[in-house]
Order: sequence, then C-alpha cells, then structure tokens
Amino acid sequence: MTRKAWVSAAGGLLAWLVAGCAMAAPQYSFSKPMVVAGARLFAEHCSACHSVSSLRYNRLSQLGMSKADIEKEIMLPNGANYLKGMEPTMNMADATKWFGIPPPNLSHIVRARGENWIYTYLTSFYWDPKRPSGWNNHLFPNVAMPNILAPWGGTYAKNGKLLQQGLESPAVYHRQVAEIVDFLRYASDPSVFERHAIGPYVLGALVLLTLLAYLLKREYWKDVHHGTSGKKGNGTKH
Amino acid sequence: MSRFGDWVNERFPARKMMREHMTEYYAPKNFNIFYYTGSLLLLMIVLQLVSGFLLMAHYVPTSQGAFDSVQGIMYDTKWGWLIRYMHVDGVSLIFILLYLHIGRGLLYGSYRKPRELLWIIGYLTYIMMMGEAFFGYVLPFGNLSYWAGQVITSIIHAIPFVGPGLTTLARGGPGVGTATLQRFLALHAVLWFMIIAALIVMHILALHEVGSNNPDGIEIKDKKGPDGHPLDGIPFHPYYTVKDIFGVGVWLTVFAAIMFYAPTMHGVFLERTTFFRANPMVGLPDVTPPWYLAPYYAMLRAIPNKYFGIALMALAITLPFLLPWLDRNPVRSSRYRPVYRTMIIILAITFFTLAWVGEQPPLPKYFIIERVGAALYIGFYLLLPIISSIEPTRKVPERVKS
Repeated sequence: MTRKAWVSAAGGLLAWLVAGCAMAAPQYSFSKPMVVAGARLFAEHCSACHSVSSLRYNRLSQLGMSKADIEKEIMLPNGANYLKGMEPTMNMADATKWFGIPPPNLSHIVRARGENWIYTYLTSFYWDPKRPSGWNNHLFPNVAMPNILAPWGGTYAKNGKLLQQGLESPAVYHRQVAEIVDFLRYASDPSVFERHAIGPYVLGALVLLTLLAYLLKREYWKDVHHGTSGKKGNGTKH
Repeated sequence: MSRFGDWVNERFPARKMMREHMTEYYAPKNFNIFYYTGSLLLLMIVLQLVSGFLLMAHYVPTSQGAFDSVQGIMYDTKWGWLIRYMHVDGVSLIFILLYLHIGRGLLYGSYRKPRELLWIIGYLTYIMMMGEAFFGYVLPFGNLSYWAGQVITSIIHAIPFVGPGLTTLARGGPGVGTATLQRFLALHAVLWFMIIAALIVMHILALHEVGSNNPDGIEIKDKKGPDGHPLDGIPFHPYYTVKDIFGVGVWLTVFAAIMFYAPTMHGVFLERTTFFRANPMVGLPDVTPPWYLAPYYAMLRAIPNKYFGIALMALAITLPFLLPWLDRNPVRSSRYRPVYRTMIIILAITFFTLAWVGEQPPLPKYFIIERVGAALYIGFYLLLPIISSIEPTRKVPERVKS
C-alpha cells in the first residue's frame, strides 16, 4: 500500500463528507433564525396533534427566543410546562379515534426519515375524495394525516393540477415548509449548533497538536535515518 | 526521588516492565502506516471504557426506560451528545482499525511461525469485539436494536438440542425485553469487556515475547549487532512512542471531525432505524446489521436454509484461526509473493463487497453477489495450502528496506 493510495482514500472520504453537506437543497440553509421561524410555524400548525417530547420548551431560549416569546408563541394554552417536553393539545385517545392511529411523536423523525424525506412528504399531498380525510400523498400513499397546510400551500390534484390557490406564493410556502423541516432537524439533535460552534476550535487545536507531534517525531527520527541510534553503520537514507 | 524509586522497584517491577516493553523492546525500523493501528486501537478501547462508563451512569436498562434514558443523555445531559457520539462512532472507527490491523497481518505474514498464538489471540479478540458491539447495539432499544436482538439470539436457536433453551437463557425470557437489556448491559460493561481487556493484555505480551513482524517479513533478531540488539531494530521508546503520538493526533482529528460534523455518518455509523422506539408490533422491512458485521450476514443469507447458512457463517468466522497452518510458503511477506498479494487484494474486495451487499434488502438480484462473495471468501482459505506451496516468490533481501 503506497502513501499515495492512503492520501487519495482520505481525500475521497473528506470529499464525501463535504458533498453530503453541500448536496442539500437550497431551501435547507440551516440557521437559528430558520429554526425559530420553523418552531413558530410548528406551534401554529403541527403541535395541536404532534408532540416533540424529547425537546423541552426552554431549549428554544438557547436559539435567542425570550421566555415570554416562548410562552406566548410556542407553548399552547393547555398547561404546558416551560421546563418539560413539547406536548400536543389534542387528547391522544380522541386523535386515535379520529385518524385511526395516534399522530406520531416527531422528536426523532428527521433522524429516522431524513430531512429530504420530510420536506418531500409535506409538499406531496394531493386531493383524493376516495380517502376518508379527502387527502392522499405521493410519498406516503394512504397516509392518515390530512394536508393541514393546504390553505397556505394550495390544493393539488393527483396529476399535479392546481385545484385551489393557496394564501401564500409557492416560493414563500416552500420556504415555510423548509423552516418546519429545519425545526424538526434541530429537534432531532439539538446539539447541532453547539457542535458546529465548538468544532473549529477542537479541530484547530488537534491540528496544531498533530503538527507539533510531527516536528517532534521528525527530530527524534533523524538518528534512525542517519544510523546513529545506538547501532553501528546500519543507517540507510529514508 | 531515586530512593523512593528504588523502594518501589524492590517491591514492584516498574523499571523492569518499562525496559522490557518500552525502552529495550526493539521494533523493526521499517514500520509503515499500517503499524499505527495497534496503538490507535488501544487508545480507542480506552476511550470506549471512559465514554461507556459515563453513559452507564445515565442509562436505564428497562424496556420502558432505555430509549428515553438514551435520549435524555442526548438532549438534557451536559456534553451527553459528545459522550454518546464518541461511544457510537468509536465502534465503527474501531472496526475500521481492526480491519486494517488484520489486513496488515495478512499482507506481511504476521500470523506465521513464531507468531501463531499472537494471531489466534488477536483474532479471538476481534470475534469477542463483534459480540461486544452486538450487546451495545441492543442497549439503546430503538426498533433496530429490538429486532437485531431478536434475530441474533434466534441464531442460537439453530444449535441442535440445547438451542431453544440457550435462546431463552440469552434473552432472559421468551422475547427481548427488560431481562435481556439487563443481562446484555452486565455482559457489555463487565464480563465481556473484561475478557476483551485480558485478551488485549495477552496479545501485547505475546507480541513482546516473539517481537514485531515488519512489511518485509524478515526476522530482525537474526541479524544482531555487537551490542546484542537487532541491527534493524530501534527501541520502541522513544522512537515509536513519538511516532505513535503523531498518529494519535491525525486520528483524533478525523475522529473529532466525524463527531462534530457527521456524527451519524449519513446513517452508516448510527442507523436511521435506531431512532424509532422499539416496537414488537412494528417489524422492520429488513433487519440489517451494522456495516462491520454485514459481511458475515451476507454469507448467512447466501444459503436459503437456516442451518446451512449458519454453518457457512460459522465456517467463515473460524477459518482464519487456521491461517498459520494453511500458509505453506517459506516466504512471509506478500511483498515477495505476487500471487499471494493478488489473493489478499481479492479477499479484501470480496469482504467489503459482502459488507455492502449485507446492508441491502434481501432481493434475488443480490443472491448471486452473496454466493460468489461467500465462495471467494471461503475459497481463499481452502486454496491457500495448495497455492502457497507452488506459487513463485521473489528474492527476499537480507536486511529490511527503510
């Protein structure tokens, strides 16, 4: 195995990592403002039915929201506890009766499905009178969830024909869906901002340490290459 | 200070050990990049011990509490995410190192006389680590954990007569549940780990008894200088300690980059299905093992009969134990054995192709790959005695090339 092969293998791995981050769709620029906007949209449209039980409300204060804002805009008036996980307003027994299955807890949904899946799912609903809810989905056929975002995003037929204009333009609507997806991505791993903030310092310190270790190694190994490491006349140049 | 040192050394062989294993342990001077893997593995095992200890302080081994306790570590515990990513990503990195370490042994004939026991102890450690990884995999009790626990323990079921009883014993009941988590935690963190630690100590002791091999496969002890030390050897300390510190720096940089920027490695190091809560009512479309166990799983699936599939897998796992006696060529290193080198490259490609196919859903189009892969993998070991006795070899130099 040559050194060149190793360097190219490491380069390939790095390229794969970078490509993984860069390949995400442009809507997925992931930032604290996007997540906060997504949290507001989520509270408004989604958290009537869906819990995010692993994420405590007070966690959002780390994104720049004040406690008053969180209590007013995110916590629904059902006795939600600022220090506890995000719970739905709906009674799960009722929900099960209405939809057939309880609406899932979305704490880890982005880790489980991937953010692209969620985005495509939310934008793939079509009007289907044969379904009890009146809704069907290209990505998740016969899904129990109705398209609650239809008033904003518009109603489409199965063939993609616009049946009823939504309140928002497609560009604004798609950005809002991306914000919800960003919030769910944050919810599935809230360490993300912390990781990305500390990461450069950790890597920088390690690279510096590695550099020093390399210089130390080179200094020690001078003897070996010049054959003066306690053995007589065995040194060949590296 | 020195008087204190003397006092200690009259009662504990600290200086003697330092000399035997560090300052007067002569290692060949021509080690290449593969020779970083040993010290890195030791480092990673210690990191697993430390991170595992911290995780265990927060983990609840019950079927109701396990998933939430792990999420509590991820969401609500200061630095919990770092510790868990270190532990989870550490496993995949350990297996990357293990495959490089074992591959190096194959390439340079490090399993050959007098290193047979060194090879056997090392390979046994690898098998034990697969078990350790499996126990750890079940603990977070995601849906993949649950089903992997069910499937792997059901393999024991195939053992004649005692199988069903052993399966119940392994699970602590008819199915995977709280009793399973509790005994798996006890195995993972105590008994199994201590066996692995003991094997690692034995591996290092055996290595220092016979001495390190090197990429040329030449015995450096055969050429000694007037001072009685090998001409091509250098003291492990300070030469290889400083070199290994550099290796540690590079490795930790890669490790940190993964933990901070790609902790799930796109679902390869931490699979998507582990983020669904364990649910006996919701089966997974296909239960696939983590990448490092997938080659054996692919061979298990290559034969559509439970007993023969398991027999094939068991054969694939045990054949490498016999390697020191299957290789009959007088030359050790593949540097001077072009045919053997080609065989190893094919073996490596086969192994990683099997790892890839083992992760795919069980579709008929993959059967041919699984079968050809299994045949090539087993074939390597079965053909080696014949090929190694007739293969052409290049002239081995007197002294190592540096």
